[in-house]
Amino acid sequence: MTEVQFLTPKTVDEAVAFYKESDGKAKILAGGTDLLVQIRSGISSPDKIIDVKNISDLQQITDNGEGSFIIGAAVSGAVLEENEKFGKSWPGVLEALRLIGSEQVQGRASLGGNLCNASPAGDSVPALIASGANVNIQGPNGARTLAVEHINSGPGKTNLKDGEIVTSFSFPKKPNNSSDAYLRMIPRTEMDIAVVGCAVNITIDQDKCINARVALGAVAPTALNITKASDILINSNLDEETINKAAKACEEACNPIDDKRGTIAYRKKVSGVLFKRALKIAIERAKKE
Amino acid sequence: MGKIHVTTKINGDKTEYLCEAYDTMLDVLRKQLNLTGSKEVCSSGDCGACSITLDDRLVCSCLMLAAEAEGKEIKTIEGMTKNGKFHILQEKFLEHAALQCGICTPGMLVAAKSLLEKNPSPTETEIRFWLAGNLCRCTGYDKIVRAVQAASDEIKETA
Repeated sequence: MTEVQFLTPKTVDEAVAFYKESDGKAKILAGGTDLLVQIRSGISSPDKIIDVKNISDLQQITDNGEGSFIIGAAVSGAVLEENEKFGKSWPGVLEALRLIGSEQVQGRASLGGNLCNASPAGDSVPALIASGANVNIQGPNGARTLAVEHINSGPGKTNLKDGEIVTSFSFPKKPNNSSDAYLRMIPRTEMDIAVVGCAVNITIDQDKCINARVALGAVAPTALNITKASDILINSNLDEETINKAAKACEEACNPIDDKRGTIAYRKKVSGVLFKRALKIAIERAKKE
Repeated sequence: MGKIHVTTKINGDKTEYLCEAYDTMLDVLRKQLNLTGSKEVCSSGDCGACSITLDDRLVCSCLMLAAEAEGKEIKTIEGMTKNGKFHILQEKFLEHAALQCGICTPGMLVAAKSLLEKNPSPTETEIRFWLAGNLCRCTGYDKIVRAVQAASDEIKETA
């Protein structure tokens, strides 16, 4: 076996250079809560491990006011929770990230890692999609930005090109009376993988819906942006009939698998139920904003 | 390129070791440094028996590479007893019979200590959620939760 290298770049450019010259055999190490399990089980055997946690940009939390944040891709759940303002602006994103694993996992797990691991059931991904956050990417050919929903292409697969690294997430300014929520269905109360996850981000004016984004996780090869559901909500008065229609759109958008965690029929049904519950929480929060 | 040379601090002592890129912190603690208090059980971050702190942040040492400790500060169960005197959590675990086989106990203690340092007066729910990543197949958890509550009460009294 050739010797495995452990690299600790201090800048994004350095990390990109290491990653580019590795011909796809290197792995980026952020919190390592997925990567180390994959290495131990033999699913992954990189010849280079590029630890990006020493790059300050990837650990930075920048508050630009009015809900507009830039969150470094390697900021851990425990660190993000300690930021006084982020959780008030984006409670749904924070609660989704904080649902991943135990406190021990939270000490390490990051938004960037959860997204790039590309599990269909990654909890923070639907919440990121609903938030409308953009993903800042740096690669050998410079920087580019993609919407969160365009990063993952299938289980374990991303649309990132050779040498490209996710550096941070840009959260948009939040209008008044807007908020978000994330709920997931698991068979126990803690420490499990989502059967279904649903995130809703909503802006209201009195009882009217001004804007909405809805996303589902664990019901398709990637987390989904459910534009049909948000189109139904926008400009409605959020009456029961409208909500039921949007819930139906969630169920219809699902393309899940049958596995030990849930059947296709069950996952579809739960998608609609979770959507309604997450919507209710998001509306309550938005009224207080 | 040979092995990776790491300089770190473990339980307050400057420590150096050589490791391979794939070696976990737990491998080095147990096999090289003879700090066998941290236990290897699931090796996938589910059970918490290998819990340590890295710069005072609770982590699973099985989910951390040994090379990542460079320049950092590690604390393990071995550093919990000071000058031969038990930490209040260790005393309360004994008083409340919060252990049976003992395999989960080092991880439970390290995790509980980290909780009380962050939140000296946790509710029962907060204790149970914080310790959700520490599995115990003997006690049914209740005695562990009582022991942590008793330690919290005593810390508050003496504060």
